[in-house]
Amino acid sequence: MHVPDGFLDAPTSVATGVVAAAAVGVALVKARKELDDRTAPMAGLVAAFVFAVQMLNFPVGAGTSGHLMGGALAAVLVGPWTGLLCLSVVFIVQCLLFADGGITALGTNITLMGITTVAVGWLVFKGLQLVMPKRLSLTAIQAGIGAFVSVPVASLLFVLLYAAGGTADIPLDTLATAMVGVHVLIGIGEGIITFLAVGAILAVRPDLVYGARPILARRELEIRSTATKTTGASA
Amino acid sequence: MGAGHGHTLHFHGHSPVHRAPAHLKVLALLGFMLVVVATPRDWYAAFAVYLAALIVVVGVSRVPPTYLLKRTVVEVPFVLFAVLLPFVATGPQTEVLGVSVSQHGLEAGIALLVKGTLGVLASLTLAATTEPQDLLVGLERLRLPQQLVQIMAFMVRYLDVVTDEMRRMKVARESRGFSARNPRHWPVLARSAGALFIRSYERGERVHLAMLSRGYTGRMPR
Repeated sequence: MHVPDGFLDAPTSVATGVVAAAAVGVALVKARKELDDRTAPMAGLVAAFVFAVQMLNFPVGAGTSGHLMGGALAAVLVGPWTGLLCLSVVFIVQCLLFADGGITALGTNITLMGITTVAVGWLVFKGLQLVMPKRLSLTAIQAGIGAFVSVPVASLLFVLLYAAGGTADIPLDTLATAMVGVHVLIGIGEGIITFLAVGAILAVRPDLVYGARPILARRELEIRSTATKTTGASA
Repeated sequence: MGAGHGHTLHFHGHSPVHRAPAHLKVLALLGFMLVVVATPRDWYAAFAVYLAALIVVVGVSRVPPTYLLKRTVVEVPFVLFAVLLPFVATGPQTEVLGVSVSQHGLEAGIALLVKGTLGVLASLTLAATTEPQDLLVGLERLRLPQQLVQIMAFMVRYLDVVTDEMRRMKVARESRGFSARNPRHWPVLARSAGALFIRSYERGERVHLAMLSRGYTGRMPR
């Protein structure tokens, strides 16, 4: 759900625009470290993937369905800076070519659904990776938890922005309860789907998952020569 | 332009609005919307002027109004929010059709509807009259970082490829009798999303290698 024009007042829109521009500027420099000269084609294709996956509807039941926002997913799959670039590009293209989300709210949309979900998703993922055992099978769970946390946090930030530049005086506690309540539910969906998708990718190409690389690097080459150990558990 | 090319919103034409440089159109949209957003909500006459200006531009562009109106559905979630506003906001109450609602909420809801609708219509007009390629050139003229414009160019170029890939996966799933109805079917959909990521990523790697073999050095040729 994109914030349209006129939802927040002009100063707030401009301020979030400045925040978004600064974050994208930093991401442009940092993403080169994640992808070197592959940045343009890789980030472009991943952005197209994020756009497509947002069109994939997950039925909730009773005829309603939701879709992935993909911030935490992109961060875990391609790294936080590249992920942030991809999401920002998706929002710019949705705004300019698909009229989804207002142009004055572009900075707000990038700040809320790009920067916040990527940063929170990635930090939670990284934090869990530090404290939990270094096992590849846990990576998908950590990604799922990161995705789950990122959605209510983004909605809470929206409430704060609304408090600063909102256009109607809704009691803030009501708004916060409603927004966070709804987004905890949305976050559960986002978390489960991110968990399942990352798990599916880890099963096929674990080397593509940026967040799993530190764990893959810890693996040592095992050579099992004796025929008696054929049933040994693989890592 | 045949089906499958360009993007879904573009409406082919040769009007002055179509031919105007894309960077001017983006700036005009941004300026127009900043003015609309900054306008106090009770200046109803000003909003009428904005709407009239927008109608003139749409008229000159010769994009059928029904074409644009049909595509304003992206706005629906916020219409719902705007309709709810009078009932959840606080402040002095007024009577509308025998229902007691918040005065401020009502004004804010109307303002949100008006500003949001103007925004969607103006954005649709830009999208309908600008080719993606022109838009990218325009953004580059506006001094958007070159790297960012390149990423956008790749995204726009491969958007249809990737979404078509996803559509083929959907056809394949459904031809095997699958239809997603409730959360029990999520694992299948999530595996599709995973496969789509792997295919997109690997396509990116192939595209990059193909570019290197044609002499790509990190900048696009002019």
